[in-house]
Amino acid sequence: MRLVVDLNKCQGYAQCAFLAPDVFAMHGEESLIYNPHAPEEQRERLARAVAACPVQAITADGLDSTGERHTGSAQGASDAR
Amino acid sequence: MPADYMGWLRREGRIVIVGASLAGLRAAETLRAEGFAGELTLIGDEPYEPYDRPPLSKAVLLGMASPHHTELPHRREIDAKWRLGVAATGLDLAAKRVRLADGDEVEYDRLLIATGVRARPWFKEEEARLDGVCLLRTRDDAVDLYRRLKAGPRRVFVIGAGFAGSEVASACREMGLPVTVAERAGAPLVGALGGVIGAVASDLQLENGVDLRTHVTVTGLEGDAVGRVRAVHLSDESVVEADVVVVSLGSLRNTEWLAGSGLGAGPRGIACDAGCRAFDFRGIVTDDVFVAGDVARSPHALFGYQFLSLEHWGNAVAQAQTAAHNMICHGADRRPHLWMPAFWSSMFGVNIKSVGVPPMGEQLMITQGSPAERRFVGVYGYQGRMVAAVSFDNTRWLEFYQRQIERGAPFPVEFPTTDRRPEGRQPVDADFPDPSLPSHGPMVTLSGYSPADQQLVFHPARH
Repeated sequence: MRLVVDLNKCQGYAQCAFLAPDVFAMHGEESLIYNPHAPEEQRERLARAVAACPVQAITADGLDSTGERHTGSAQGASDAR
Repeated sequence: MPADYMGWLRREGRIVIVGASLAGLRAAETLRAEGFAGELTLIGDEPYEPYDRPPLSKAVLLGMASPHHTELPHRREIDAKWRLGVAATGLDLAAKRVRLADGDEVEYDRLLIATGVRARPWFKEEEARLDGVCLLRTRDDAVDLYRRLKAGPRRVFVIGAGFAGSEVASACREMGLPVTVAERAGAPLVGALGGVIGAVASDLQLENGVDLRTHVTVTGLEGDAVGRVRAVHLSDESVVEADVVVVSLGSLRNTEWLAGSGLGAGPRGIACDAGCRAFDFRGIVTDDVFVAGDVARSPHALFGYQFLSLEHWGNAVAQAQTAAHNMICHGADRRPHLWMPAFWSSMFGVNIKSVGVPPMGEQLMITQGSPAERRFVGVYGYQGRMVAAVSFDNTRWLEFYQRQIERGAPFPVEFPTTDRRPEGRQPVDADFPDPSLPSHGPMVTLSGYSPADQQLVFHPARH
């Protein structure tokens, strides 16, 4: 599955790194590094991470077989509030 | 033109997007999301579908991601014709045609230009061809650089201490590689954040074992008998032996293909109005050519209507969405591109983020925390107004400062803040280099009226 994190939005709550530690990792106090190409066996963990992000910064596709796109973020500009 | 041209355009028009990276993809998605049912073509000079670049200098070099796999997730199906691996070479505005490198021509009713920037190559071509001299912008660059770093070079030399160069240096230190960084200015990141914050970036590099050389330029790269780079010559007459040299000298806008087209395109990008419509060379706005992303230069109401040229990931996304929306809307329904500039970087384990336009700032106040602790917020002021903020490992405060900037809050900062230190009570000179000298980072072209002359109330975009 492919994913991208809007790191302007990310505030380092580390929920993703807790729920899907093989995909996301904290690097230092606040920086997030992640694998944009998560392996198949991470599907469920990745879905949980997308849902749990307090600032909805993670967009992923291919999370389910229907081809539906998943995003934790509203379909809008990253500056919209 | 049909009476209901817009209705016709939305149903069966032809939209061509030149540039198949972040902005191009997000624009295509927005067009479909907003009901565009016509023919959509994406043209990209790289043979790959749109991929994300920020990981190439971070997660990829740290071994957490593959340089071959940073493709961007799609937000929706876009049902487009992809022309990848073929560059656009010309534009005929009158005939509404884009010429391609393979001799093909593609006609459009609406065109979006999102050709972005490329890494500025080393200026001596023969030296640039030496084996071991690398750039870092594309996926191919990242594959090559990562392979070389994994091979365990004796020393890596980075030319230029902007964000990309500093991120590469940081990754090298994490891999345990000796690294030397050369910077023309007095510190890393000065073009983007000024000398006061640059000094903090200097300390970060030195503490992490980077051999940082400031106030020097590289005068030449020396190769061995078989054409591999072996040493770097500096303006202070020192010579540093290195077998990998990363050229990190900022970027060039991909506008050469527009030469002679009549579009207002040049080395500073393509000027457009707040609705992302490109200007022609006479300064008259076109109505069928739009621009977005790193290659665009657009006026921003919050920053004195100066033309901002922003190499920011978030700007590419926001401007692409606005441009796409405006391409298939009547005038009254169009939106201005009023994105609050924002970017991030991470190096040496520290998360650096910013909102607003720091290089516009004349003065700086450390309103929270302390640079000595590598955890702080700095606020930039220009003519009595807050124009930007930067955080080191303090991102959760940035949104508050963003709202202050949107309000045109006064500077020096009047309100009390948590964790204010004595050093943060008075503004200091932000210490930006002379803007007439080339520098790294986001560039602001000064034009327009004084931002102190605030005659409008800014409402951030909501879409």
